This record gives sequence, structure tokens and C-alpha cells, in this order.
Amino acid sequence: MAAAGAFGASQVDFNRDIRPLLSEKCYACHGPDARKAKGGLRLDLRNVAIKPANSGKIPISPGNPALSELIRRIFTTDEDDLMPPPASHQTLTTPQKEILKRWIIEGAEYRLHWAYSPPTKAAIPTKENAVDFLVRSRLKEAGLGPASQASARIIARRLYFDLVGLPPKPEEVAAFESNPSEQAYEKMVEGLMASPHYGERMAMDWLDVVRFADTIGYHSDNPRNIWPYRDYVIRSLNQNTSFDRFTREQLAGDLLPNSTRDQKVASGFNRLLLTTEEGGAQPRDYEARQLTDRVRAVGTVWLGQTIGCSQCHDHKFDPITTRDFYSLGAFFADVKEAAIGKREDGMLIATDAQLAELHRLDKRCSDLTKEFDAPELQEAFTKWEEAQKPASSSESTTKKLETSAEQRSTRQSDRDFQAFKEQAPELAELRKALAKAKKEQADFEASLPHTLITETNEQPRTVRILPRGDWMNDTGEAVTPALPAFLVASTPSHKSSQGASGLNRLDLANWLVSRDNPLTARVVMNRLWKHFFGMGLSKVLDDFGAQGDVPPNQPLLDWLACEFMDSGWDLKHMVRLIVTSATYRQVSTPSPESLEHDPENRLQSRQGRWRLEAELIRDNALSVAGLLNPTIGGPSVKPYQPEDYWENLNFPKRTYEASNGPSQYRRGLYTWWQRTFLHPSLVAFDAPSREECVAERSRSNVPQQALALLHDPSFVEAARSFATRILRECKGDESARILWAWREVLDRSPGPQEMATVRALLDKHLFEYKNDRAAASAYLKVGQTPAPSGMDEAELAAWTNVGRVLLNLHETITRF
Amino acid sequence: MKQSLGFEIDRFARQQQTRRVFLGRAGRTLGSVALASLLNPRVLAAAEAKSEKADAWAGIVHPLHHPARAKRVIWLTMAGGPSHLETFDFKPKLAKMDGQPMPESMTSGQQLAQLQGQKLVCWGPQTNFKQFGRCGAEMTELFPHVGGVADELCIIRSMTTDAINHDPAHTFMNTGSQIVGRPAMGSWITYGLGSEVADLPGFVVLVSQGGGRSPQPIAARQWSSGFLPSRFQGVQLRGRGDPVLYLANSPGVSREKEGDVVRAINLLNAQHDLTVDDPEIATRIAQYEMAFQMQASVPGLMDTSAEPARVRESYGCTAGDGSFASNCLLARRLAERGVRFIQLYHRDWDHHNGLREYFPEKARETDRACAALLGDLKERGLLQDTLVVWAGEFGRTPMAQTNKGAPGRDHHNKGFSVWLAGGGIKPGISWGATDELGYAAVENVVSVHDLHATMLHLLGIDHLRFTYKYQGLNARLSGVEKSQVVKGIIS
Repeated sequence: MAAAGAFGASQVDFNRDIRPLLSEKCYACHGPDARKAKGGLRLDLRNVAIKPANSGKIPISPGNPALSELIRRIFTTDEDDLMPPPASHQTLTTPQKEILKRWIIEGAEYRLHWAYSPPTKAAIPTKENAVDFLVRSRLKEAGLGPASQASARIIARRLYFDLVGLPPKPEEVAAFESNPSEQAYEKMVEGLMASPHYGERMAMDWLDVVRFADTIGYHSDNPRNIWPYRDYVIRSLNQNTSFDRFTREQLAGDLLPNSTRDQKVASGFNRLLLTTEEGGAQPRDYEARQLTDRVRAVGTVWLGQTIGCSQCHDHKFDPITTRDFYSLGAFFADVKEAAIGKREDGMLIATDAQLAELHRLDKRCSDLTKEFDAPELQEAFTKWEEAQKPASSSESTTKKLETSAEQRSTRQSDRDFQAFKEQAPELAELRKALAKAKKEQADFEASLPHTLITETNEQPRTVRILPRGDWMNDTGEAVTPALPAFLVASTPSHKSSQGASGLNRLDLANWLVSRDNPLTARVVMNRLWKHFFGMGLSKVLDDFGAQGDVPPNQPLLDWLACEFMDSGWDLKHMVRLIVTSATYRQVSTPSPESLEHDPENRLQSRQGRWRLEAELIRDNALSVAGLLNPTIGGPSVKPYQPEDYWENLNFPKRTYEASNGPSQYRRGLYTWWQRTFLHPSLVAFDAPSREECVAERSRSNVPQQALALLHDPSFVEAARSFATRILRECKGDESARILWAWREVLDRSPGPQEMATVRALLDKHLFEYKNDRAAASAYLKVGQTPAPSGMDEAELAAWTNVGRVLLNLHETITRF
Repeated sequence: MKQSLGFEIDRFARQQQTRRVFLGRAGRTLGSVALASLLNPRVLAAAEAKSEKADAWAGIVHPLHHPARAKRVIWLTMAGGPSHLETFDFKPKLAKMDGQPMPESMTSGQQLAQLQGQKLVCWGPQTNFKQFGRCGAEMTELFPHVGGVADELCIIRSMTTDAINHDPAHTFMNTGSQIVGRPAMGSWITYGLGSEVADLPGFVVLVSQGGGRSPQPIAARQWSSGFLPSRFQGVQLRGRGDPVLYLANSPGVSREKEGDVVRAINLLNAQHDLTVDDPEIATRIAQYEMAFQMQASVPGLMDTSAEPARVRESYGCTAGDGSFASNCLLARRLAERGVRFIQLYHRDWDHHNGLREYFPEKARETDRACAALLGDLKERGLLQDTLVVWAGEFGRTPMAQTNKGAPGRDHHNKGFSVWLAGGGIKPGISWGATDELGYAAVENVVSVHDLHATMLHLLGIDHLRFTYKYQGLNARLSGVEKSQVVKGIIS
């Protein structure tokens, strides 16, 4: 809980000091949920709070704590009168009571919640980097200064992990170490932002927050076609599609005039929710779940609002009503989505070459079909028809021809012709050829990727406010799409892009990325900040409401938000601004002073440091091993996975087949995302199941991480492959090889102690494997790629353990 | 364990030194620097001392809100939803009404699953009931062993739940919410109380497949820590393959060699910590230690062959068969070791059809083992502070389902039965009742949140004060709606 004086600030500030307190301790009974406002008192509205409550007493008398019932009730020792009441299990500390008193003495001014007022852009002296200027101004207030700049090696590694998610090569680090000039740094930044791997790295955050996964999530958790959406995200980030367009394409790509294939793929965003195929599922139940799922997504992805709370009741802490909730849901009432059952295949996605091939196969089918109509067949048909007549009364094969002469018509003749085509012996070859062509066409089409996209229902679903969220209760009022009242009340009304027919998804998207919306730019910049510093400026990424975290450096977040909008929602511009700041290049090891006065690093008195994300741990290992297949995009892949890990899946039962060949060695983000049983190595390192939108992954440190990194065949094979590299690429003695290997993994030389430790391990295992060649031989069989022949197996096995040690180091899996 | 880890590598270094002196050759062995680091592992010792502190989790509810009656929980999940009408809730009136239409007054406007749009017809109980124990608890004859421990049980016949399909109902029973992403109850409890065991996870899950048909799927989210830190997630102990994922060493890597590798990693991490001073390093060292210890402790735990034959027979299991019975025995072993929350799943209770044929098989697979578990816990003095819960995710309709072959019963959320035993539970009682047709709970109704609140209460936790701030809300296992401790079943 922030209190006055936190981080060195002095005056009572409503948004920083008072609202969080009122929200946490009082709003549950005296807050925005109007029907629950006990005693007629609401503390979220000043005009209510300063007037007599039901009791006749005045809760807040501005400037006069002695006359304020609130003050009496929080300071009283009478348990019956005490607020918050003991039964609520909420208590106020003495400093908290004192600050409420001070606030009332100072006039009990309210301010609009910080995140609901438009961001303001602080003036930055020319030639100053805005990030550095604003960070330093805030540090100065707290009596702190920035940390020193990190070493060239740390900066290079940090930048590579943050921008492309892959480690730099030792020679790249060495080059930068020998010339760590501003120009060299900027060149590195530009090079990495231009790399196709940039989109992959930046996409990871987005895929979490939109809950991208390869399966439906509920019950059978069957596959669905959606990976082209993931590739759209990567491509858009690489092309630096402006964020406003990125938003429109995903929420309403299908509604854009003359929408392109890419925009339709993007509209797959609306299909990322959980669906079910469970027998006995009730359509209306799941229709309601789908609506809430989509509203929560908009709340998390763009607004940073916990709108989900308003599904059953008006929000307890924020001014979001159930009407807002369902009206937001109504924007999606036109999205064609079966309430239950299997998802459709979706839109065909093919390359030009594939399309040409598909046309060729189509044409072959139609050509062959035409051959039946060739003029020379007419004669054969007539003969065949005549031949059928006598037999028509008895032969079952010609049942279709059983009609009296007078009934025969053109239609009958057509039917005869059909039978002729199906039965005439002289057409057997043609029939066979056509069947084959059709099968080829169908097989080929089925082999082409499809992806779920948004299509619209002609008649949108009726959306009703569900009393207490109960889908069985249809007594609630029907609502039409409307923007959240609390955010648009004070802003100009938004015109529908569809004229008089009301607002649609495109209007929603337009509003989300309009200047009138105070939230989106802040929410997105806050997540971007977390990407580069490990923690948001407001540390609660998904709640910018009263229960969230008031950013200790709001001018910085606001400046970033304004600059983001001013630049035309240019993400790369913002990335560049951040990573070229001195703030970004600080050391991450805390000084005693920074640790004491800024323990959580809320003021950026140093850089952050954290364990790499699950996918990057894999990417790093494969990269060091020389195994990484750097292909961008395509269907999701299946790295090795323990047998029977899917045994609890059913309808149908499934066996996991690991990908073969190069697709075994793809980057982690392409891993098949099975929601109910995500790959265990990803789970161990905190990758979310993506059943829900996740703005922030947890970062744990658990024994399963050690087990996975030590024993998952992907990592064991990577260690062996790395060992192979060591032996092949470095021709020196053991010490030279250790030095080389160490540099490959960490871009630095080992210290004498480190060298000695690795050397001791190597010597011992060399000795032992030479005496147990069978063990060495067995060890080298892990993974699909055979160990190279012609190498001493004992030597390779011992070096594999060295490789494993290096890949398991805390330093290896940490971004400093 | 800690001393032995890496001991081999030290000994090897010493031997090499001796050997070098003895052979008088200096070239092919360790340098003196290496020896210095290996023979003087103060750095590692210091880091390990730090790591033990770093990894201790005493629980957030500290001290307890009130004295605990139970220290741990064994939760027996009968996945698929066993019929209360064939197990614990005898309804003679339903037998009389067999074949007659279900009174519309009861069913109209209520949720239905697979019976949507079907005729609703009463179907009498399909198993015989009798009274068991001194308490005279009524239950199916197909549970003779559970009947034998009837005087230990508290049977609740008035459970209700919000959801009627497996996936959401399961999620609701395990997390208190139908919205995915919430922590499992086992995660809540290890977060609240920590664990009493160092070399095993605090929350362990065991799944048995059973014989029979095509069981309902189970999602790993059922033991996910949701918004709580991942360290509180349930760890599945598997009957086949590695008991814990990635537990076994690669072929060709002996325990000794693995110890060398882990020791080297920890030593290098400890050395690195001297320059970066990162508390995460101490934790990581602790986790590698724990992983290495689990490699020894888990197979030891799973190997029940050393249990006396009498004990194994009482459960009716063969060591390592992965059966529910084996898992019950493992549950006792886990409880003994101090694991906080042990959850067993037995699958395939979803009797939409063929109930008469398939229900007895499920009864056979579980009856004896459940009873043996209670007896075994009691014999070892563990039952008094272990809460055992037997529950499905919902019950089944008094109406027959006949559209899938031989009759069965559909999902039902308005009334069903569970039983509890052990720590703090009144033994030999029943609680609550459904109406005369077994359709709706009508007396002393117990919601899923009430059940959670009661469990927490027995563990010394006030469910209202046990919260975690998530998305602005002080989230609780027992939900935001009103829920209460079922005081009447507490001894």
C-alpha cells in the first residue's frame, strides 16, 4: 500500500494515497456497486460522501475531521462502531488512519482515477532521452541516482534476449566489446529489430495475453486450426504494423472494407476463446461463457480492466456496471461461433504455388467430368439405354429406370444418363480416372492449412443482462453494443461506422485505439516496459482500476503512452526509444543504496534481472547446440514429450508423436499448445496454459525446472550436440576446450575456480566413461539425431555432461 | 544426502592426487587449482546454507487462525460423477415410481445435460442397500468394505454444485470457480500451510485409469496453481514411466555421475552468486538439491514391495500396478511422509448408460481400497489428523437415460452424496438429505464452497481471511458468495 512519503514524495495525493486505501478497505460495502452501498454511503463519489448518509451523519466534512463521521468511526475503540468492521477482516493501520485525516484536513479533494484521465505528456528538454529524463527526475525526488552502465557483454546479451530471444554469437559480443560506441550499439539495435526473429520474440507476450493455443481447451481439448493467426502476429510485429491497425484487424478484420486475406486471418482473434465438444453441454450455457470470455479478453488485452467481475454484479471497486459488461459482449453477438461442438475447418490458407496446384487439380476434375458429355458418347448412351429396357423389370441394378413409357421425361432421361455414367462398362476407365482425380484434389485441399476466422451471423444473437450471471434466467433486459459508460461519459460520442444500425466491432476497435480512450496506450506501454525491465511501471499489468497499482512514475508511463499515440502507434519506435536509453543499459546488480531505498526497483534505480521465459530456455539451448532450426512460422511442432503424458485426454484418446527431422528443433514458441496438457518443460518454466488471457507470467524457481533441464531429451540431446561442436570446432586441449565452450554459452571466459570445477568433472567422467563404454554408448543415443560416428564415445559422453552443466547454469538461463 | 552429493567427485580428485604422487606423473591429472576448489567447498556450503533458508515456505497462514483438527488432506476424486442413488442415498419412493414420469414441478426450469429434450422418467435404485455399522448407515451392498468402516464416516447426502458438465463441474469442485485459471484446493492449502516434507512436493496427484470403458478426460488445470505461484502446483505421481516427469537419469548416467553434474552446477552457481548477489541463485541451488533428492526419495516412495503382504492384501493391490488400490496405499505413504494435500483420481464413473453392468466394476475397484486406507491410517494413528474426502464432481439424475443403449443416469447438480472421515470429523453420522426422489438437496444443504470452507476450518484456516489478491479482488477458495463452515459435522 502506497502511503504519503513513499519514495520520498510528501503531499497527500488522492490517486496515490487515498483511493487505493478506500478501495481496499471500504469499497466492498461503500463503493461503486450501488445496490450494495450500506447505509446509503458511497465513498467513491465525493458528492455522496460529503452529504448526510441514511443515519443523518456526515461521513466526510471537508476540512473538518472532527465533524467527519468517517474519522470518528475509524478511530473509535468501540467494536460495534469501528470501521472497517471486524467481521470484514479488514483493518487500518495508524499511518493509514492519519493520512485519511490529513486528506480531510486538506479539503478531501477527489481526483478522477489516474488511469481514466487522459495521459499528459511532460515536456522533455531537447536532446534529452525522455525515458532517462523522467526516470532521473523521479529518482532525484527519492534522493537516488541512476546505476552505472552495464558491461558491453551484458548489454549485448540483454539486447539479444529482449529483441530476438536468441543469444548473440561470441564473435558478435566480442566485436561490440571492442567497440562499444553509441553508433555500434544503435547499429546492433537496428539490426536486431530488422531480424525476422524480432517478431517471434515480441509475439510471445501477445500470444499469452490473447490466449493463443492449438486446442479448444474444454473437456476433449481437441485441435483446431489457428496457427496462421500466430504467424500473422509475428509478421505484423516484424512489419511494424501500427498498433491501431493491428487492433482493428484482429477485432474486426472481417469488417474492414475489401478485407485482405491477412486481415481475415487476424480476425481469428475472436475465435481464440475456449470451446467445448462435451456431450450434454447446453448451448445457452456456453453461449454465455463465450460472451464473458470475449469481454474478459477485451478487458485484459486493451483496457487493463477486470471487467469480468461485472458479469454477476456491478463492479465492487471500479465504476463498471453489469450493463457495461453485457453491452460490451453485444459487440461480439455477430461472430459466427457454434455454442458447442467441433469447430469448422476455417478459411483455406495457401501459397500461390499451392493455389495453382489446387486449380490444376480442380481443372482436371472438371475436365474429366466434361469427358462424359463428349458428343461421341451420345451414341453409346442411346445404345445403352435401349439395351437396358428389356431388363428393366427384373434387374435390380437398373431399378432407377423402372417407369412407364408415358412418365418418361427429360428428367428421366437425365437420370438414365446418370445411370449410364455410373454403370456403362465402356466408361469404367474414365470413372476410375475421375474418382482418382477427385480424391487427389480432396486430399491436397485437406493437406493445406486452414484457419479459423471471424464470419458474421446475419442475425446477431440477442444479448441479455444475465441476473447474477445466470444463463438460465432470461428475464434480463436485452442490450445492444455500447462502449463502457464510465469511459465515454465525458468524451464525444462515437459514430457508428455502419451508419444508423448501431455500433459494431470495428467501432469498438476504433474506440479502443482512439485518443478518447485513456487506457489502451498506457496498458500496452506498461506491458512493453515489463518486457524490457521485468516489471511494469504499474506493476499490476491487468488491472488499471482502483485495486491496481498507481505507477510511482506516472509521468513516465503517460509520456510513453502519449508518444506511442503521437507516433501513430509505432511499436518499433517505442522499442527503440526504450532500449537506446541509458536506463535500459544500467547494471542489474543492485547497489546497496538502490537495494535499500528502491528494494523492488519501482523507480528503475537499476535494470531488472530474471530467468528466461520457458520458450527462450529451449531456444538458447538449441542455439548453443547448433541444432536450432530458425524457420519462421508454420504449423505447430511437437518436441519430445514423456510417454503417456496425454493419457488423461479422451474423445478421442490421443498419442503424442514427436516431430521428425528439422521440425524437432524449432523455437519454443512453435510448440504445440495443448491447453489441458501443455508440454511439461514449458509448464515447468511457467508458460501459461492459455486457457485465460495472461498479461503476466509468474516466475517460479521449482525443482521441476532442474528435472526438465537435466533430463528432458531435448536438453540432453542439445548438450550432446554442443559437446560434438566443442570437440569438432575447438582443437585445443581440455582447458582450451572448456574455455571455448564457456565462451559459447556465456560470452565470457571462466574464472580459475570455474575452470577448475568443470575440469574436475570432465576428468572424472572421461576416466569413468573410458572404463564403461557401454554407458557412454547408451548415453549418446538420446534424441533423434544420431551421434556422429568416428568420435570417441567416452569422450563425447563426458563432454556431454560438461554441456549439461553449462546449459543448466543459473547464469545461462538468466537475462541480466 | 547433502554430504554424499558430490562426495564422489571429491574422492576422485583426492585419488588422482595420490595417484599422481604415486606415479610421479603430473601431466594427465587435475591441476592444483582444481583441487583447491574441490577440496575447499566453503563457497558451496555457504550457498547451501543460504538456500535452505531461501526455500523454506512455512505457509502464509502463520500462525494458524485457530487450532487445527487436521494436518493434511487425502481427497478421493471419483471422476465422472458417481450416482448417489446407487451408493449412499437410498430412495424407496424412487423404486415405487420406477417407470413413471418425473414430477414436472421438480424438473421444470432446471438444468439438464444429455436429457435435454428427452422424456423424464423415474428409474428406481439399481443396487440393493443395507445398513452398516453401529451407526446403521445406509449404503449400497456393493460397498461392503466401506460399509465395514461406516462408523468412521460422515456421509453428506445434501451436496449441490453449480455446474452440470464434467469439465466445469470438475473445475468448480477443485478450484471453487468454473472460470479456469484459479488455483486448485491443494495449491491453496500448500500456499496456506506449507509442507512438512522437504524432498517431496506438498501437493501430490495420483490418477488411476481402472478397467472399463472410455472415461471422461481430466485436465492438468485440475491441479494447477492458477494465479498462485507455480511452486504450489500439484505434482502428478505417475503409475507408468517416470513417476515424476523427467525424474530418471538418461541412460548411461549413473546416480553418482548425476550427483557430480548437480554438484558442479551448484558449485558454479554459488561461485557466480559471489559476483551478482542474486537471491534467486540460492533458491536455484536448493531446487537442484531437491530435484536430486527426489530422484532417490520418489522411487523409494513408489516402491511398495517392502510393505507387509498383509497391508498390500488389505488394499487389494499388486505393487506398481497403477490401480486405485495402489494409489490408496501410496496416499498413506505420502501422508506418513508429511505431504499436505494428496489427491487421487479414479476415472470412469460416468454412467449415462449400462449402469447395471458397469457400476459394480467401479465399486469393486474402489470399495476395498477406500476402507483399507481408512483402516491403515487409523492403525498408524494418522487418521485423527488426516481429513479424507470421497467425492465426485456431481451426482446423477433420478431419471433414466435411455438414449445410449442400456439405461443409465445423466449428470445432476441439485443433490448428491460425499463422505468425509478423519481429522475433526464426527464419525458415524450422516448429514443432510435430498427429497424423496433423490432429486434436490432439501435438508442442511451443503454447497461446494461450504465443503471447502469446512475443510479449511479443520486445517486451522478461516476461509474468509484466507485470500489472495488477484485482479483486484481478494480471491478466496470458498468464493465471493456466502459460504459457511458445516459446524454440525465437526467433532
